[in-house]
Amino acid sequence: MTEMTETTLSNFRDSPDPANIITFDEKPVLETRHLSVLYGSKPAIMDVSFQVPRNEVIAIIGPSGSGKSTLLRCFNRMNDLIQNVTIEGEVFFEEERLYAPEVDPTEIRFRIGMVFQRPNPFPKSVYDNVAFGPRINGIGGDLDQLVEESLRRAALWDEVYDRLDDSALELSGGQQQRLCIARALAVDPEVILMDEPAASLDPISTQAIEVLIRELAQRVTIVIVTHNMQQAQRVANYAAVLMTDESRVGELIEYGPTEQIFGTPKDHRTEAYVTGRIG
Amino acid sequence: MLGREEFDRDLGQLEAQVVLLSALVESAVLTSLLALKGRDDKLARQVIADDDLIDDKRHDIEESCVALLRREAPVARDLRRILTILHLAGELERIGDYAEGIAKINLLLSGKPLLKELVDIPRMGDRAVAMLKHSLEAFLDRDPERAEATAMSVGPFDEEVDSLYYSIQLELIDLMRQNPDNVEPGTYLLWAAHNVERIADRATNIAERVVFQATGKLVRVGGDDDDAEAPSAG
Repeated sequence: MTEMTETTLSNFRDSPDPANIITFDEKPVLETRHLSVLYGSKPAIMDVSFQVPRNEVIAIIGPSGSGKSTLLRCFNRMNDLIQNVTIEGEVFFEEERLYAPEVDPTEIRFRIGMVFQRPNPFPKSVYDNVAFGPRINGIGGDLDQLVEESLRRAALWDEVYDRLDDSALELSGGQQQRLCIARALAVDPEVILMDEPAASLDPISTQAIEVLIRELAQRVTIVIVTHNMQQAQRVANYAAVLMTDESRVGELIEYGPTEQIFGTPKDHRTEAYVTGRIG
Repeated sequence: MLGREEFDRDLGQLEAQVVLLSALVESAVLTSLLALKGRDDKLARQVIADDDLIDDKRHDIEESCVALLRREAPVARDLRRILTILHLAGELERIGDYAEGIAKINLLLSGKPLLKELVDIPRMGDRAVAMLKHSLEAFLDRDPERAEATAMSVGPFDEEVDSLYYSIQLELIDLMRQNPDNVEPGTYLLWAAHNVERIADRATNIAERVVFQATGKLVRVGGDDDDAEAPSAG
């Protein structure tokens, strides 16, 4: 990680109105403080400070190029894998600094799982996909039971219990995505990050994923990036709005209850975005 | 969501429909009172016939709102605007019914002399129509703060209408006590006054919805919100 000069940052820094960013009394699971990310010299998000409350669903919304996926990837250190990335500010996970030198990113990625836009099962059996994480983590106990439980939590067991040895690639797109969720659940994560998890799915599969998200939120915190405004309203308790315009890049302009963001937003740019006037 | 321009155009057309409906309703109210004051049965029958236009217009607006809600899944101010238009269409149509009721009362009084010269009922009507105009002006105002202020200014008018209605009740009851022959025409005039009072209440409801459209807040405009329905010829 490299440091930015203050001179460079000051060109982009313009803190949002704090009254438009909700904070929580209870200890958040995740928190960013003045988080900025640059790819080379190009800023992606600037000075983002916000908290993720426990066992809630948080939607990150905003126009293309506003830094949503970049912000999401900061939460499990996926940006570390990109060359020439500069990350400034701080990210806290359970009050610990996520980017401290002693933190193992691989371990973090089990505790903070991720589901991508396109399902990406391993070219292995259904069973082995779910068992993969527990095996390499050396999780003991009854692996069969853990696989079944994970598939049940992902609302997939009834569809695959007699196909556990089949290749995961033979499943439908919606089933593959739920398998990826089961794979993440198998290592009992505290947080699951979802980057447009239903973008490539049909309406029925999308509905299944949305129901699943609501159910999982009883035990897991979920942060989801979505371009689907109706989906954000259906699944999320809170929504964070990132914005990019001529003068600022990747700015968090508003964060609050979903009813506020889609009902009576405080920032006129949020109103313009959710009503389709920009974006 | 289809193109934003198309959505804005459809919203604009819906607003124009509301303006047209409001003009029809306003005309019905003023004409019904003019017919009552001038004992003009022909004019009264015209108000009754024209009420079908008002009913049809309301249905057209509702159908357009449902189509927009289904197609656009609107949020924020767009959603509040369409919900407000739906509500306004219903309120305006009911005001049209009250005007029709006044016209029917006029026909019930046909051939009979009025108990007294009508002064306060037309005065109530003027206030109610002014409330309607203010509410519609606020509805069309793009500035949320100004729209809210204009809509809230309707409250005192409603209190004035209520006060006039109370005076008319006392006066007519007194006239009916004096002579049993006054009971029938007195009762009809009470109904007419009641209808005008309800028109003012509906205009207040519209003002409240306009505040919701502008701010997202559901507030009460004016004092008591008496929705109790009394018998009327509407």
